[in-house]
Amino acid sequence: MKTFRIGGVHPQENKLSAGKKIEVMDLPKQAVFPLSQHIGAPAVPCVAKGELVKVGTKIADAGGFVSAPIHSSVSGKVAKIDTVIDASGYRKPAIIIDVDGDEWEPAIDRDETLVRQTPLEPKEIVAKVQEAGIVGMGGACFPAHVKLSPRTPVDVVIINAVECEPYLTADHSLMLEKPDEILVGVSLIMKAVGVKKAYIAIENNKPDAIALMQEKVKDYAGIEVCPLRVKYPQGGEKQLIDAVVGRQVPNPPALPADVGAIVQNVGTAFAIYEAVMKNKPLFERVVTVTGKSVSEPKNLLTRMGTPMSLLIEKAGGMPEDTGKVIGGGPMMGKALLNTEVPVCKGSSGILLMTEKESLRGEAQPCIRCSKCVTVCPMGLEPYLLQKLSEHADWERAEAEQIMTCIECGSCQFTCPAHRPLLDWIRMGKGTVGGIIRARANKPK
Amino acid sequence: MSNKLKVSLSPHVHSGDSIRRNMDWVIVALLPALLWSFYVFGWGAVIVTLTSVASCILFEWAISKYILKTAKTTLADGSAIVTGLLLAFNLPSNLPLYIIIMGALFAIGVGKMSFGGLGNNIFNPALLGRVFLLISFPVKMTTWPVPHQHTAYADAVTAATPLADLQSANLGDLFFGNIGGSLGEVSALLLLVGFVILLLRKVISWHIPVSILCSAFVFSVLFYILQGKMSFGDICLISLKHLLAGGMMLGAVFMATDYVTSPMTHKGMLIYGACIGFLVVCIRLFGSYPEGMSFAILIMNAFTPLINNACKPKRFAKEVKK
Amino acid sequence: MNVILVAVIALGALGLVLAAVLFLIAKKFAVEEDPRIAQVAEVLPQANCGGCGFPGCSGFAEACVKAANEGSLEGKLCPVGGQPVMEKVAEILGMTAEAGEQRVAVVRCNGTCANRPRTAQYDGVRSCRIAHNTAGGETGCFFGCLGCGDCVAACTFDAIHMNPETGLPEVDETKCTACGACTKACPRNIIELRPMGKKGRRMVVRCVNKEKGPVAKKACAAACIGCGKCVKTCEFEAITLENNLAYIDPTKCRLCRKCEEACPQGSIVAMNFPPRKPKAEAPAAPKAAETPATPQAEPVKIVIPTVETAPKAPETPNV
Repeated sequence: MKTFRIGGVHPQENKLSAGKKIEVMDLPKQAVFPLSQHIGAPAVPCVAKGELVKVGTKIADAGGFVSAPIHSSVSGKVAKIDTVIDASGYRKPAIIIDVDGDEWEPAIDRDETLVRQTPLEPKEIVAKVQEAGIVGMGGACFPAHVKLSPRTPVDVVIINAVECEPYLTADHSLMLEKPDEILVGVSLIMKAVGVKKAYIAIENNKPDAIALMQEKVKDYAGIEVCPLRVKYPQGGEKQLIDAVVGRQVPNPPALPADVGAIVQNVGTAFAIYEAVMKNKPLFERVVTVTGKSVSEPKNLLTRMGTPMSLLIEKAGGMPEDTGKVIGGGPMMGKALLNTEVPVCKGSSGILLMTEKESLRGEAQPCIRCSKCVTVCPMGLEPYLLQKLSEHADWERAEAEQIMTCIECGSCQFTCPAHRPLLDWIRMGKGTVGGIIRARANKPK
Repeated sequence: MSNKLKVSLSPHVHSGDSIRRNMDWVIVALLPALLWSFYVFGWGAVIVTLTSVASCILFEWAISKYILKTAKTTLADGSAIVTGLLLAFNLPSNLPLYIIIMGALFAIGVGKMSFGGLGNNIFNPALLGRVFLLISFPVKMTTWPVPHQHTAYADAVTAATPLADLQSANLGDLFFGNIGGSLGEVSALLLLVGFVILLLRKVISWHIPVSILCSAFVFSVLFYILQGKMSFGDICLISLKHLLAGGMMLGAVFMATDYVTSPMTHKGMLIYGACIGFLVVCIRLFGSYPEGMSFAILIMNAFTPLINNACKPKRFAKEVKK
Repeated sequence: MNVILVAVIALGALGLVLAAVLFLIAKKFAVEEDPRIAQVAEVLPQANCGGCGFPGCSGFAEACVKAANEGSLEGKLCPVGGQPVMEKVAEILGMTAEAGEQRVAVVRCNGTCANRPRTAQYDGVRSCRIAHNTAGGETGCFFGCLGCGDCVAACTFDAIHMNPETGLPEVDETKCTACGACTKACPRNIIELRPMGKKGRRMVVRCVNKEKGPVAKKACAAACIGCGKCVKTCEFEAITLENNLAYIDPTKCRLCRKCEEACPQGSIVAMNFPPRKPKAEAPAAPKAAETPATPQAEPVKIVIPTVETAPKAPETPNV
């Protein structure tokens, strides 16, 4: 069974909410929409305080080409445009809407019948994806229409249904309940970029999803299910392309499109279906609420802007022994300061980690066991990059390719001496990135 | 739940691996050979082992506390015990106590702590201790007791080891360990069992031991062929005996694979092991010492930083593949 | 006997030959160096602290000679040696040294444990550069001191220490040489090199929070809320307000202390002034007295050598 070639680790899967049917989350009383829910320029509000909006109304325009518009997920009145702390931990401007009822924009087709065909041309499909504000739902939040407009010709589309992070099951449950919609979404993506072949990559800890999708793809031309051996970080774009088609994307500025591949998350494919076929912009997503002490781990279909505290309540409330609240998975997610943070386009899960689990071990000196080197999926030497960052040797750090680190955390996960490798490497990347930018901007 | 949430940077989980766990499994892997040494060498083996381990622990604790004045000693990670055991494995079972203690002091004090403690030493501490004792007490370090003298210690009857005359040594004895020698090096079989344990528990990878043994075999065959005095079959047999005799197996599996002093990439490990194999055979066949493993490993320890610089891991997308 | 003689002669001859070889090589491959560099290097303090901005004392000596060749020693200052050393250097190079202004590191944050409640627990590397990546660290203020002590570790003069009660660093002004290491170490640019001031007295806004007033105040009781009262009160136009944060220009400030009284938050602090005589009206904000970093009991004995024109503040890179 295929997998990526360099490095990788096997964290405990803990898929506590696997197999749980998607439940629809209740509407919040107030919905908060940070203007920066995607990579690229923040969105610009196009509503003012006091305006009435419906579900699906556009409330912010895209701030540029690499940007995405934001649509309201609730109906009600715009209360204010203020700053809030969002899932990134930083304070960002946001539109806050007081919820009143659940009135949808009439253009949205709420009928659940599957629509397989569309008369739209590829460029029109991409335009519709852009209008709907669709971004990568795997967590990176890269505007989808930019990915669907590659600068080099591509020949394969890979759908990332791998969900390699422990605990998270949002994509898994979506595949089990909406396989046809996903596959139509995939065919739309194929049409938009003009490829004939698509792979749905699923890790083999989801045999039910693999079996179901293998059954369903028989009705769709050019789509094949590609089961993969479980290994983290298989869901990383570069690792996934290596695993499925054996191509390795070179260092930036190269993009996956330069090796002829486009990767989209399976949730994004579903959102593209809804946008193109049902005129439904992106305003809701499946969020996994989970944790070892959570009484009812769930997969919740949530409207964007819902405070995470409400989802935690729905899953049985915050357990007594919670040490950390993590937005996302335990390997790459961010520890949140408080639970009032709103659900955004990239919020794949909320992990309530127990106090015991969240304790970091005490760091000891490096014993040069080279386990970090063995597991690094990018072929780097984390022990060395950490030391260089700590001693501020930026020239050598750049030479040792610190900028290709994808911050997956495999090194720190493995290190027997519990060394904070990624903490230092991340800081080093920031500094070296700044030096590179300064060098590029220096007038000749 | 305490009122405050913890805030930290990702990753938020850990594999559960620790230095302690790795050291524990090394000790478990050493146990078969250790127990065999008690059986073959009796009381002497027990005394030497206990003294070595106790001295190593004591010196590490004392140096950490009184000389380096660190806040916490690193005894809890178990590396002092491993150094003590490995040092004992390299000593004959009739070695007087004061020599063992001096060896432990040199191994821990000079070999490990003077460089900065765990993780900072350049040379294998146990091997440094052994070589120090070999050079300082050459006679006592090279007179080994005859096997199966169970109650003897310093007064044991001594005899030459198989390495002195390999051609007439019995292959079976060499493999199972019914021979004289230093404590831990006699039974090739049980050392191989230890190797398998370490592999299964993912403590070490196969690269160093396999490359050492293969390289030693190849170069031994080569040099005997160049010598031109024996038939090919005999050459292969004696080369095989070289692998089983003396400190070869112990060095290949436990000493050369020491994390701190060996290279970090698999390619580097293969080069490192190949050079060790070459050096061992050179010293054994052409040098004035009968046993060359310790020196070969120490020499290659010095080259490890160079190997690390030259052998970088395979970078992702080094060649653009389609 | 023979053997000893042979050995002595052989080794002696070898020694002589090698000495001759070395002598010839030293002559042939000699590196031309301006002799003034060595002369200047000799009068330097040999601390190799980097406070001058050059790699060690020899690097500074080279730079001085190079600058002298170009005509001016402008910007060259050894903070450890101060004016006496610079005068010696100038003498060697045939120039004169002028007096400039002594500077000192000032910590512009008053987010003590009492003022700024800890709302989370930071678990990880105790380094400010790393903790900076967690956005807020342990408090609600994204701009304030993280308390992990990178500045303390950077100081080679033992001039800055963490106060365990307040959780903030405190500068020992007798030892601070204004070398700038702590300003570079702080990822949030909280520490600033400001002029020492007459008798060490100066006014400073002890806050770098750029959030809007209510947000800043919620995170810390001593935060600058950007109300602008200080700007209005200052008769010398020394205070500017930008991004909800007030800043006092040390070159214009006349130490009248009116801004300190006007500030409703107690963010403006008067450093090293003698205690006010008790008046009818209480000082503007009681919190100002809680800042232990500004010893007010007696003026601190400060040696204020006048030194050459101080170099520009070192560029603090954004980490």
